[in-house]
Amino acid sequence: MFENVKDDFPVLINNPLIYLDTAASSLTPKTVIDKMNEYYMHYPVNVHRGVYELSHRATQMYEHARTVIAKYINASFDEVIFTRGATSALNLVALSYGMDYLNAGDEIIVSELEHHSQLLPWQNVAIKKKCRLVYVPLDDEGRITVDNFLSVLTSKTKVVALTYVSNVMGYITPLKPIIDAAHKVGAIVSVDAAQAAPHLPIDVRDLNADFLAFSGHKMFGPTGIGVLYGSRHLLAKMTPIELGGDMNDNVEKDHAVWKDAPYKFEAGTPPIAEALGLCEAVQYIKKLDITAIANHEKALAKYTINALKKIPGITLYNPTTETGIIAFNIDGVHPHDAVTAFDQDHIALRAGHHCAQLVIKWLKVPATLRASFYVYNTFDECDQFVQSVIKARDFFLSVGF
Amino acid sequence: MKTLENLYRQIIMDHYKNPKNKGLVDDPKYHTVHIKNPSCGDDITIQTNVTDHHVTGVRHEGSGCSICCSSASVLSTIMIGKTVEDAIYMTDHYLKMVANQPYDETIEFEDAIAYQGVRQFPARIKCASIAWQAFKQSIKGKE
Ligand SMILES: Cc1ncc(COP(=O)(O)O)c(C=O)c1O
Repeated sequence: MFENVKDDFPVLINNPLIYLDTAASSLTPKTVIDKMNEYYMHYPVNVHRGVYELSHRATQMYEHARTVIAKYINASFDEVIFTRGATSALNLVALSYGMDYLNAGDEIIVSELEHHSQLLPWQNVAIKKKCRLVYVPLDDEGRITVDNFLSVLTSKTKVVALTYVSNVMGYITPLKPIIDAAHKVGAIVSVDAAQAAPHLPIDVRDLNADFLAFSGHKMFGPTGIGVLYGSRHLLAKMTPIELGGDMNDNVEKDHAVWKDAPYKFEAGTPPIAEALGLCEAVQYIKKLDITAIANHEKALAKYTINALKKIPGITLYNPTTETGIIAFNIDGVHPHDAVTAFDQDHIALRAGHHCAQLVIKWLKVPATLRASFYVYNTFDECDQFVQSVIKARDFFLSVGF
Repeated sequence: MKTLENLYRQIIMDHYKNPKNKGLVDDPKYHTVHIKNPSCGDDITIQTNVTDHHVTGVRHEGSGCSICCSSASVLSTIMIGKTVEDAIYMTDHYLKMVANQPYDETIEFEDAIAYQGVRQFPARIKCASIAWQAFKQSIKGKE
């Protein structure tokens, strides 16, 4: 599977790098880089402004990107807002919908699996609007289950803000039944799909999510671009959080009229090259096939987990992960010490709390190592990684850890 | 050569496993500085007592990797008895040494010389630095 795919990634050519940090950022294929260069080489001008030919072309390309992405997630064109990334998208939901529509005593359901970009905006709303932040109890493995979700869902629940795939544990949240139940009590659901979009087919209609956010740079796209999907009827009643050029229809001395969604949420000059890059990244995913990608990563993770399980002195935190994310530690070795050993073997992986301090606290560890796989990883790399784990463990034992 | 052995020297491991001057004191004469490196979770508190322009006490507490935790212990053993000027001078040059910048090589760094290897590992400079940065702040706050 994906035999020659490494050739698509300039950074991997003639480079011994074993890249196991896709959950932080994926590597960028040449087609995406070329697409962004095309913009800067051939029509590097602003969108929606000029009435000249070149600006028309840039605008067409930018809006074409929106069309492609909307179709990819089964949304309508006007439900796709370009943002700076998942963080901006999730903040938009909390700062606009949360601040305008929540009241004292309302409940917001989150979980300890949330990335800070999903947790903190709602924590902020809870503090400012005197709402109650309610945590779904995680099960023994650290999962969000439907039953545990139902145990905290009440008639006061107004917002459910959950991750689709945990960036530390790799678990997939059973969102469909959760969203159905949330809608029955009149709550809206905001989904953090930053770790889902690169690895799972996303269908916002089938999922019936109210909001869904993801970032380009975790799915072969560039940094500086992300998407907020919002269902049309909610976007229509929401106010923008950034005001400025392009997002208004008419400006008077004492008031202004916003454009319709998505434009009222895209104040100022957008990241144009990045939007084109993200569009190209989606085309690349479509070419490789998202299900094939998911199966490949899962197979690599399973293979690696089975090997790691046999090594004494290694603790795995998510042996039942359904995605390509493995959280582990070498016993007695701080992950930052460990990561230097892997670096020596040209293996890049992440050590720390992964911007999800609550789940690290839930695990009762200071930090973890995280290996994450994508299409460019191979079984051979998994073997090298496992050998490097053994070597690192032995080295740290030998110097007295 | 850039090897792990160059980083994980025996002295560093000794201080990591058997830290000196560990544990904070509840003494108003000590000045306390807490530094956290949120990106990696290193979290160090340094307490310093200065009497008559001399460092008379250093305590530390925290959690983090071996490089970070051991460096707090090493610094506590070196600094006690030094004048404030010498302590600050040494701290400034230690920070340059681990960051691979030109530094005063005539300084007697004692056990802290073991951290010379850090400069080959740019990603770990922060680990070796934060206890010393906290120390410098604590001693300056004391003056
Ligand atoms: C689950 C999850 N949510 C949100 C984010 C935030 O994405 P970004 O930093 O691109 O805004 C990340 C990535 O760090 C993530 O893993």
